[in-house]
Amino acid sequence: MAILEVNGLKVFFHTRNGTVKAVNDISFSVDSGETLAIVGESGSGKSVTCYSLLDLLPKPPAKIEAGTALFEGNDLLTCSKDQMRQHRCNDIAVIFQDPMTSLNPFLTIGEQLIEPLVHHPDKDQAITRRSAKEKAIALLDEVGIIDSQERFDCYPHEFSGGMRQRVMIAMALITEPKLLICDEPTTALDVTIQAQILELIKKLQETRNVAVIFISHDLGVVAGIADKVIVMCEGTIREADITDNIFYKTKDDYTKKLLSAIPEGAKTLPNRSIHGSPLIDVSNLKTYFKNQSGKKDNENQFVKAVDDVSLAISRGEILGLVGESGSGKSTLGRSILQLAPATSGSVKFDDQVLTGMNAKQLVPWRKRMQMIFQDPYASLNPRMTVFETLSEPLLYHGLASKKEIAQHVKQLMDDVGLAQAQLRKYPHEFSGGQRQRIAIGRAIATKPEFIIADEPVSALDVTIQAQILDLILDLVEQHNLTMMFISHDLSVVRYISDRVIIMNRGVIVEQGDTEGLWARPKEPYTKDLLSAIPLADPRSERLRIATR
Amino acid sequence: MYRFALGRILQAIPVLLAVITVTFFLIHSAPGGPFSADKAVPPEVIKALEEQYNLNQPIWQQYVSYLGDVVRGDFGPSFKYSGRTVNELIAAGLPITAELAFYAMIVALVIGLLAGIGAAVRPNTAQDYIPMTAAMIGICMPSFLLGPLLVLVFGINLEWLPVSGWGDIPGDKILPSITLGAGFAAYIARLSRGGMLEVLSQDYIRTARAKGLSETLIILKHALRGGLIPVVAFLGPAFAGLLSGSFVVETIFQIPGLGRFYVQAAFNRDYTLILGMTIFLSTLIIVFNLLSDMLAIWLNPKLRHEIKGAK
Repeated sequence: MAILEVNGLKVFFHTRNGTVKAVNDISFSVDSGETLAIVGESGSGKSVTCYSLLDLLPKPPAKIEAGTALFEGNDLLTCSKDQMRQHRCNDIAVIFQDPMTSLNPFLTIGEQLIEPLVHHPDKDQAITRRSAKEKAIALLDEVGIIDSQERFDCYPHEFSGGMRQRVMIAMALITEPKLLICDEPTTALDVTIQAQILELIKKLQETRNVAVIFISHDLGVVAGIADKVIVMCEGTIREADITDNIFYKTKDDYTKKLLSAIPEGAKTLPNRSIHGSPLIDVSNLKTYFKNQSGKKDNENQFVKAVDDVSLAISRGEILGLVGESGSGKSTLGRSILQLAPATSGSVKFDDQVLTGMNAKQLVPWRKRMQMIFQDPYASLNPRMTVFETLSEPLLYHGLASKKEIAQHVKQLMDDVGLAQAQLRKYPHEFSGGQRQRIAIGRAIATKPEFIIADEPVSALDVTIQAQILDLILDLVEQHNLTMMFISHDLSVVRYISDRVIIMNRGVIVEQGDTEGLWARPKEPYTKDLLSAIPLADPRSERLRIATR
Repeated sequence: MYRFALGRILQAIPVLLAVITVTFFLIHSAPGGPFSADKAVPPEVIKALEEQYNLNQPIWQQYVSYLGDVVRGDFGPSFKYSGRTVNELIAAGLPITAELAFYAMIVALVIGLLAGIGAAVRPNTAQDYIPMTAAMIGICMPSFLLGPLLVLVFGINLEWLPVSGWGDIPGDKILPSITLGAGFAAYIARLSRGGMLEVLSQDYIRTARAKGLSETLIILKHALRGGLIPVVAFLGPAFAGLLSGSFVVETIFQIPGLGRFYVQAAFNRDYTLILGMTIFLSTLIIVFNLLSDMLAIWLNPKLRHEIKGAK
């Protein structure tokens, strides 16, 4: 029996720049004990759909224009404020995307866990703090928080991302809801943590028989856990069917596009001919940071972000650098480019030692090595037009005169696939993918030999991600670049790299040519990483979850 | 936390030294002196007076001996109020000014917080626009305008409240406290509105709503602590500002507080009194800033943790 039935839901945002039809006439239903996945790219309306059910949208600008959402026969969209509080407290719970911002930093996690029980809208259903605490601690144990008794009084910042998401899950389950909405619950987490959290949600759902709506942009993530899948695009449902039909028998073009955009399998281009001495030669590099918090004994005085790393990158090679958050991969990249001062060790670029050079001595070398950053929203100056952003490195390094500059910049725009007419626009006028193209254009402007790309596609939607990866491969080929490609996403790295280095806790765990490493990983850590990659293949995913 | 406080106190020493030095040489370089008057005074009298107060020594010697006195907590004798020391004058005026500042602070906090939080809860409605317009007017209106206006309305026309004095007639403390507190209430209203709006748009407020908590609980428990941090950080400078800025209000309402001495001392070239008051008020400003910073840190568990960790 359907626990939730949504019919003809329309949610529009009335903004100064006109009406945005965020959700435009969608209908679906969820049965108890069932998992419904809603998949779509950013802006598809998947989150808005779910927030409108619980009246969590900011109104204005949001307005529910039409539709009903019957939860056990009661319409959620027209119920009173008090009834909505009852639903939130008793029936429907949400696990939000970002556990870093979704927990109140000013209150202990224990306090946040027990408050819906202690301050229940029904006075006679409210329970004492003591019994609420007992319940909370039992639940913390169940979601895998160790030392739950002591951790009960800790603040959110004392937990890691994965642990916070466990707390968030406990918080959602403490009121024993009948419907659980998971809004991208693993997007902000590392791949091994993601696998653990997915398993946890699946297990808890089975023991409690709750209905789950699982929102994700990642088809791979939902493959193993969903019973039904809805594919959304621009506020409408493109396709809704049982999971296997979506993955194996889809007829919809958009779904096909989503599936084909998932980077899968090996690099299609042949490995490039690698010749001569290595362009980059790193030996025994250590980059330590002073420990800001915690005890100041000799053991913990420094955070060893990069601890004795040696590697070489040949000319023309794309080296993939994989690691989870905190593994030191970004610091290693910045240390190679002399953006983060190394504690000891040396970095050689074209047989010239860069470590120890001062800022002025580095200038001619900076031209030859560039970086593409992760977040195209944060790494472009919002007060500079595209033209200014792209011309700055050219003028600074004296690669073009004022007269020629327009020609150079237009050429760059062509190279990265942006229209020349957009030169005078500011970054906020572009989409995420276009911004990353600008950032890539800025990096290749000086015609560098070596580029470090630090998670260049992880902030992008999967179809955009595929385009940007192809652009990077093209440019590497065209300009004969050498690249270090840093990512937490193993599928992406496999798609693009000739050789892979796996990093963990500041040291290199394993390295080797990409396909060899995939086929025969030696280290247990590498095996864990590889087995945690979610595959867009429901049958093998289910098998894997069942056998783990 | 102690380490943090100690560090800040040590940092205050050079600041105070700079304040003393700049003030000392500024007032000594101003034309005239404490004993230049309209009437001609015989030169031998001036000479005797200058000898008595060590004004005949080279200026750097005066500076060094003054510094020595200050370190011992002695601000010296007043040049104009003969027979009384600066310490005595401050001790006489401070309790009155402190009381006035305290009441003004209560006025500022009650009005400011109610208006600011009320506005943030329903932004872009009458509940937001009306208090915020009032706050804008409150910031713009100087106390020498607001004071007489209040006196005119509540003292003379309505005859509800006394128009001057301090502690002589019941109710004579009300108008000065409101006059002094109004401007600060306006600042607090704007700060608390801004802080609350920022916090209310955070993801964790949405989480609290999704848990089915009541709006009252969300505001009082989840939003207030974060939202009021800017206000807490403002309290220190505000209290120091109330203490040092009470001169106008004290003049309007004939209150025998500190402010009066300060301004008269400047006109009279009462070197020791100016210096003593300046050092005293600077110290208060530093102390109150430190206290409100410590409170703001204590309110934020993450900062609390980091300060503890640095110990």
